[in-house]
Amino acid sequence: MKKVIMGNHALSYGAMLARSQVIAAYPITPQTQVVELLSEMCADGTLDAKFIKVESEHSAMAACIGASAAGARAFTATSAQGLALMHEMLHWAAGERVPVVMGNVNRAMAPGWTIWADQNDSLSQRDTGWMQYYCASNQEVVDTVLQAFKVSEALSIPSMVILDAFALSHTYEVVDIPEAAKVDAYLPPFRPLYKLTPSDPRAFGGLTSPEHYMELRYKLQKDMEKAPALIEATGREFEKIFGRYLGLVDPYLCEDAEIILVTSGTAGYTARVAVDAMRAAGTKVGNLRIKVFRPFPFEAVRKYTAAAKKIAVVDRNISYGHHGIFSQELKSAVYGHADGKPVFGFIAGLGGRDITPASFKEVVDYAIAHEQPEAEIVWIGAKI
Amino acid sequence: MPKKRDAKKINFTSIAEVPTMPMSLGSMLWNKTGTWRNIRPEIKLEDCIQCGICWKFCPDMSILIENEWPVVDYDFCKGCGICAEECPAKCIVMVEERK
Amino acid sequence: MIEIRFHGRGGQGTVVASKILADALAQEDNYVQAYPEFGVERRGSPVVAFIRIDSKPIYDKSRIYAPDHVVVVDPTLVEAIDVTEGLKDGGWIIINSDKKPGEFAFPSKFKVATVNATEIAVRNKLGSLAAPIVNTAIVGVVTRILGLTKLDSLLKAVGDAISIKPENNKTAASEAYEQAGDYC
Repeated sequence: MKKVIMGNHALSYGAMLARSQVIAAYPITPQTQVVELLSEMCADGTLDAKFIKVESEHSAMAACIGASAAGARAFTATSAQGLALMHEMLHWAAGERVPVVMGNVNRAMAPGWTIWADQNDSLSQRDTGWMQYYCASNQEVVDTVLQAFKVSEALSIPSMVILDAFALSHTYEVVDIPEAAKVDAYLPPFRPLYKLTPSDPRAFGGLTSPEHYMELRYKLQKDMEKAPALIEATGREFEKIFGRYLGLVDPYLCEDAEIILVTSGTAGYTARVAVDAMRAAGTKVGNLRIKVFRPFPFEAVRKYTAAAKKIAVVDRNISYGHHGIFSQELKSAVYGHADGKPVFGFIAGLGGRDITPASFKEVVDYAIAHEQPEAEIVWIGAKI
Repeated sequence: MPKKRDAKKINFTSIAEVPTMPMSLGSMLWNKTGTWRNIRPEIKLEDCIQCGICWKFCPDMSILIENEWPVVDYDFCKGCGICAEECPAKCIVMVEERK
Repeated sequence: MIEIRFHGRGGQGTVVASKILADALAQEDNYVQAYPEFGVERRGSPVVAFIRIDSKPIYDKSRIYAPDHVVVVDPTLVEAIDVTEGLKDGGWIIINSDKKPGEFAFPSKFKVATVNATEIAVRNKLGSLAAPIVNTAIVGVVTRILGLTKLDSLLKAVGDAISIKPENNKTAASEAYEQAGDYC
């Protein structure tokens, strides 16, 4: 059924169709509508779930961890400062291997106080052991929540489904809402490996000595390494049922491109418009939108950038004292594979500044004009 | 993977034995914490009022109730003295451990 | 692709108007993208809402700077702000007003249409003269002048979106749609 819905409600529909059993969340702009709709669904019986009102995001994640450990499918959503407040519990969820799925609306970190989009909130959680999916449309948000539960539960690793503030969260788009019966076939009920239950009492997350801790982390990394193949397989399975493939990356006209734009989030869709215009003017440019950031899709990135002469990464984030975070990741992915191919790093759109087709034209013009980047960061659209 | 009720110390010899999540695999019954004790509680049953407060307060579940009377489980009692402190009849005294 | 900008004041249902239009367009297999101004809304302050319409999937997620048409939900805004900012030559300026198009001093490169949506709303008992709820009448006007959707699709979208006085809202949308026929 096609419906015109905002990105925040796309997250709610995803959580509802996944038959989430426990939802614990705290409101924060621009995420609030996600949990507003879910609380209405719980109240009117559309969704048979326990909705837990909590006093903070830290508690929201703690409640989701407990629920998941008890064998329930648990969902929450947050943004920016709320995600930062959850930080300790993010490590706890991944360390305890509970497959919680969380929506995060990408909002820049304060101060200065802000509610607009950039990726520094979720990328600050890079090393917590969560999988991260960056979405570019409301359709992708609904679909990815379903896939995220499937992959998370198979690997016992939590997932973050991420969408840009306003450009998706508050933007209405036509979404084909997946049919409930088909979703049930794709995503059967959660069957945890172990769970909290009086009939088989266990303690979870207890004291772990140096004799054992390292092996637990080795296992987390090994399971994370299994994720790329599983994401592709579950993406194909999704495509068979719903006609839409959900992959690690979204390549657009990369095969013969001399310059590959590397993008993420909604900017990854806007880039396509710029690519079409530049192609029409004779510039051989392509766009590789990174959908899954953790685990990082090394193989896919190497494959799609192999034939290009230059790689131009556009980051809506920054690691202060280093450079754009996707740009760091790209360099590490192609190191030893790129024969000295230059990787240009651009920073654009911080704190909700718009990223337009013209921004990408500027990026590509710079990459054409320079054999090598003059600096680790080239700023786009900044008044400098 | 070892049986979860095994009262013995678990040592993984290979990664295959390590569970996915950090969780208890066996009991701590192998860990006789009574050896940590340097003072021990002794209950003078003639003064005991059978209130159960020592049983309730013991943080290590080392006060057992046998035939309605409290008995110290010296295999696990660490000698913390909470039972003696809380006993309203003052019938539990801590005495030096003689080894 | 058609890009439209709506001007209203916070609390007048400007964003809802763009959403209803999006719903109506989606029923006829169009791709739509509707979004409010990115930020905080305050009752009475000037607000804008946007809609992109195309027969193909819409990949451009940047904001609209040069709309094809603008819709002015609150006539007092014409004095307060430049509603023609970025408007493409030949674009419509559709205003909720009891004045005639010629009474507005817009450059001749734009086409101007006025419909008294406030009168239609009040007559259909949608709000009061001081605070009329004009969004359903406005979408009726926009739909007709720009030839975006069939009236049936619009009325279905109005019925789906509005739970209070749905019939009055449908009547207001139909009447506005008819009146706007003068410009077609």
